[in-house]
Amino acid sequence: MNKPIRRLSYVVALLFCSLLFSTTWVQFVTAKSIDNLPGNYRTLLNGYSRQRGAILVNGSPIAKSVPIKDRYKFVRTYPSAKLYSQVTGYYSFTYGAGGGLEGSEDSLLSGQSDQLFYRQVLDMLTGKPPSGASLELTINPKAQTAADQALGNQRGAVVALDPKTGAILAMVSHPQYDPGTLASHNLNSVAAAWKALNAAPGNPAVNRAIAGDLYPPGSTFKLVTAAAALSSGKFTESSQIPGPATLALPQSTAHLPTDDRQPCGPGDKTTLTHALEISCNTAFGWLGLDLGGNALRAQAAKFGFGDTLHVPMRVTASSVPPLNAPQSAQAAIGQYDVRVTPLQMAMVSAGIANNGAVMTPYLVKDSRNSSLDIIDQTQPQQLSQAVTPAVAAALTRMMVTVVQSGTGTPAQIPGITVAGKTGTAQLAAGGNPDAWFTSFAPATKPQVAIAVVVENGGNAGSEAYGGAVAGPIARAVMEAVLKP
Amino acid sequence: MSTVTSFRPRTRRNVELVLLLLAIAIVLVAYLDVGLAMGGTFPPDLIKYGFGLLFLSVGFHLVLRWRAAYADPLMLPIATLLNGLGLVMIHRLDLAYGRTGSKLLEPKQLMWSALSVLIAAGVIVALRDHRQLRRFTFTAMAVGLGMLLLPLLPVIGRSINGSRIWIGIGPLSLQPAEIAKILLVIFFAGYLVETRDVLSMVGRRFLGIGLPRARDLGPILIAWLASVAVLVFQGDLGMSLLFFGVFVAMLYVATERRSWIAIGLILFCAGSYFANLVIQHVQVRVLLWLDPFGPKALAVSDQLAKGLMGMAQGGLLGSGLGLGHPQLTYFPESDFIIPSFGEELGLVGLFALLLLYVLLVERGLRAALGVRDGFGKLLAVGLSFSFALQCFVVVGGVTRVIPLTGMTMPFLSYGGSSLLANWSLVAILLRISDQSRRPLPDPEELAAASAAHTQVVRLQ
Repeated sequence: MNKPIRRLSYVVALLFCSLLFSTTWVQFVTAKSIDNLPGNYRTLLNGYSRQRGAILVNGSPIAKSVPIKDRYKFVRTYPSAKLYSQVTGYYSFTYGAGGGLEGSEDSLLSGQSDQLFYRQVLDMLTGKPPSGASLELTINPKAQTAADQALGNQRGAVVALDPKTGAILAMVSHPQYDPGTLASHNLNSVAAAWKALNAAPGNPAVNRAIAGDLYPPGSTFKLVTAAAALSSGKFTESSQIPGPATLALPQSTAHLPTDDRQPCGPGDKTTLTHALEISCNTAFGWLGLDLGGNALRAQAAKFGFGDTLHVPMRVTASSVPPLNAPQSAQAAIGQYDVRVTPLQMAMVSAGIANNGAVMTPYLVKDSRNSSLDIIDQTQPQQLSQAVTPAVAAALTRMMVTVVQSGTGTPAQIPGITVAGKTGTAQLAAGGNPDAWFTSFAPATKPQVAIAVVVENGGNAGSEAYGGAVAGPIARAVMEAVLKP
Repeated sequence: MSTVTSFRPRTRRNVELVLLLLAIAIVLVAYLDVGLAMGGTFPPDLIKYGFGLLFLSVGFHLVLRWRAAYADPLMLPIATLLNGLGLVMIHRLDLAYGRTGSKLLEPKQLMWSALSVLIAAGVIVALRDHRQLRRFTFTAMAVGLGMLLLPLLPVIGRSINGSRIWIGIGPLSLQPAEIAKILLVIFFAGYLVETRDVLSMVGRRFLGIGLPRARDLGPILIAWLASVAVLVFQGDLGMSLLFFGVFVAMLYVATERRSWIAIGLILFCAGSYFANLVIQHVQVRVLLWLDPFGPKALAVSDQLAKGLMGMAQGGLLGSGLGLGHPQLTYFPESDFIIPSFGEELGLVGLFALLLLYVLLVERGLRAALGVRDGFGKLLAVGLSFSFALQCFVVVGGVTRVIPLTGMTMPFLSYGGSSLLANWSLVAILLRISDQSRRPLPDPEELAAASAAHTQVVRLQ
């Protein structure tokens, strides 16, 4: 009987091998995906019982976990309350981590990222309680505060970039909320705060700077049209182009008027520079017709339209749809279905400021583990070369005239040359227009590029013009960055 | 060529003692670990607990020295270690649930452990030769089947979670099937050793496999019907699988005919197919098995899902004893004790536990190989294989190899009947291994005792 017994021992071996395999499958191969299943209470508990990494601006925390004597051991606090609400997002026991860096960098903050593996093993061996990585942001707190105060009680968004690196210096979206109310361990008050947040007018949970309902860019898009025109080689900044009081659109009965229903220059002609300076709709409409929809789309794509970026929060891609002739005239002045995020418009200015090179925007400067060793440091990366340095220089000169003597005068800063472009985007007939301003400064040696949008004209209502409403906000932020 | 054996195997009792002390040390360290992790202080029970464990297992060891000196030296340390770790986990869960007084499970389990060890020692003392059991072949069958049917009786039968496999006597709940398992293996061994010659006769040949004669199919059909009955009336998928699997394995070992395995597999597949068609309880188990995280499954039960989440959370190295959340799983100290260990000791710890089980089964099979009589071989194979199959059904159930069934993990899980049965099982295996390793009477003594012209020769 020994032969079958030996054979049976192979069966036993097979049975146990299948168990070794299945336990490996559960605890190693698919463990991460099981951990991330919705409703996995253990993952939440574990996240709470270890010290979550802090989010820092200039070394001081804007989100940190502090020890507390209850079953969850740590509570998340947000020292600046509302100021950084859309940047940090929230960390809630009931509703998880989301709304900003808390969500997109959860694995680093919670300490579950593979990047932290060796540290965690070391910590385990030395008996240190495990903790997450902390993130140092690129935000300039003075610029953030200035943007917040200048925007005031108006709905809208401000994004400021360092044009040379792509580092995000300010990111403000109004209205705001206090993420601390969602982090409380009093689950009833958290539920109430969550309900209030979702019912609040203006949807404060949305980060309008990168992920809201996209905005029509209005005349700020003329920068892209001008870039396409100069890059085509057919035009220079002093080229004479038609600028009539109204432009008849081909293939339709529609007409495109200038804002004041007057021609943009003598003999219905104007230079490219002057057209930008006074934001001449007919001249840019004509350029759109001349260049064609594809050239506009290609130029926009070079500035980053159509890219879904992660800063590390996901940025909704801005878009220019396929265009026929009359649509390309409308798109050239930022109408029709051109849709942008404020970050995208800031990238347009930043690209022009940086000799035509658009840098990939980023918010996290570096991440550090519990012993403050740097795990990861963001290196500036070029996203694209939108225009040649020569074209960028020409565009800069044109934008300087906008602020010196055109529609952008409210953004002037004494002693500093500012380059900018206004925008006033009519959403729907009867509604108040969105006010836009995008700029960079100093024009000769740019240190900050910015985009501002104020929804529905802000406090100015139907009287809103980009220069008057959004210009001063941009100036305040640029001053905060430039002035010591 | 023939050689005269003058080799005398060593008893290895000292090895056993060293391993036993190591096992106890591991258990005490684990107990200390739980105390420090959960209470932050030195657990004062540790000394009492340590002495209790030491007294019991060393006592058993001395019984082996006395009555079964050549018994396998690994079985007792492994059983002690598993039993001890189970106690630690149950103690840890007592703490997590904040149980006190009569609600505490660990003292009960400790009491059952002591009782089981005493009974196992009793088996070693009383059972001088495993062949004595052969006399009780049909008694074992009658009592075994009776125990299997006990939970179906009114009054004492109890149905828990859709499985009617419990009996309640006063405050005690017992799973008689655990004990029936051993009795039926004794019966199978006794029966098959008698009938193996007939059962191994070849009837017709089909596809190169010699099929048994139709009239010899009776026993396997009866075993199959009985296991189907267990499934239908008690809803106990695991016991049904165990019972039938052990029978087929023993039939194969007894007859050396692979055709029995083929027939067994076909019958098993047919049985499970129809069970899935007809029995709602089985359908639910299959649904949970195929997609435990799906909305349909979660609407029925999140039991398996929670166990899997616990194991996944444990990952490679585990949270450490006392630092995970095994109390979030249902039945974390009985059917789901493996996920509890997986969560706190990690994949590494689970592998170690599984290897302990493999080792125990392997020592049992080795005893089967070594023992000289057919009954002993079949008995050792049956007991070892049932032990292995039970591990497979439990661990495979919680890790989705097979549908989940309500069974206890030998030695680890909370439950008196399970401990009692498994310690007795190990005692019988120890007895058989003692027989298999015990040297034959000295050739020279034999030669001297018998007529001068004979000599005991072992042919290689």
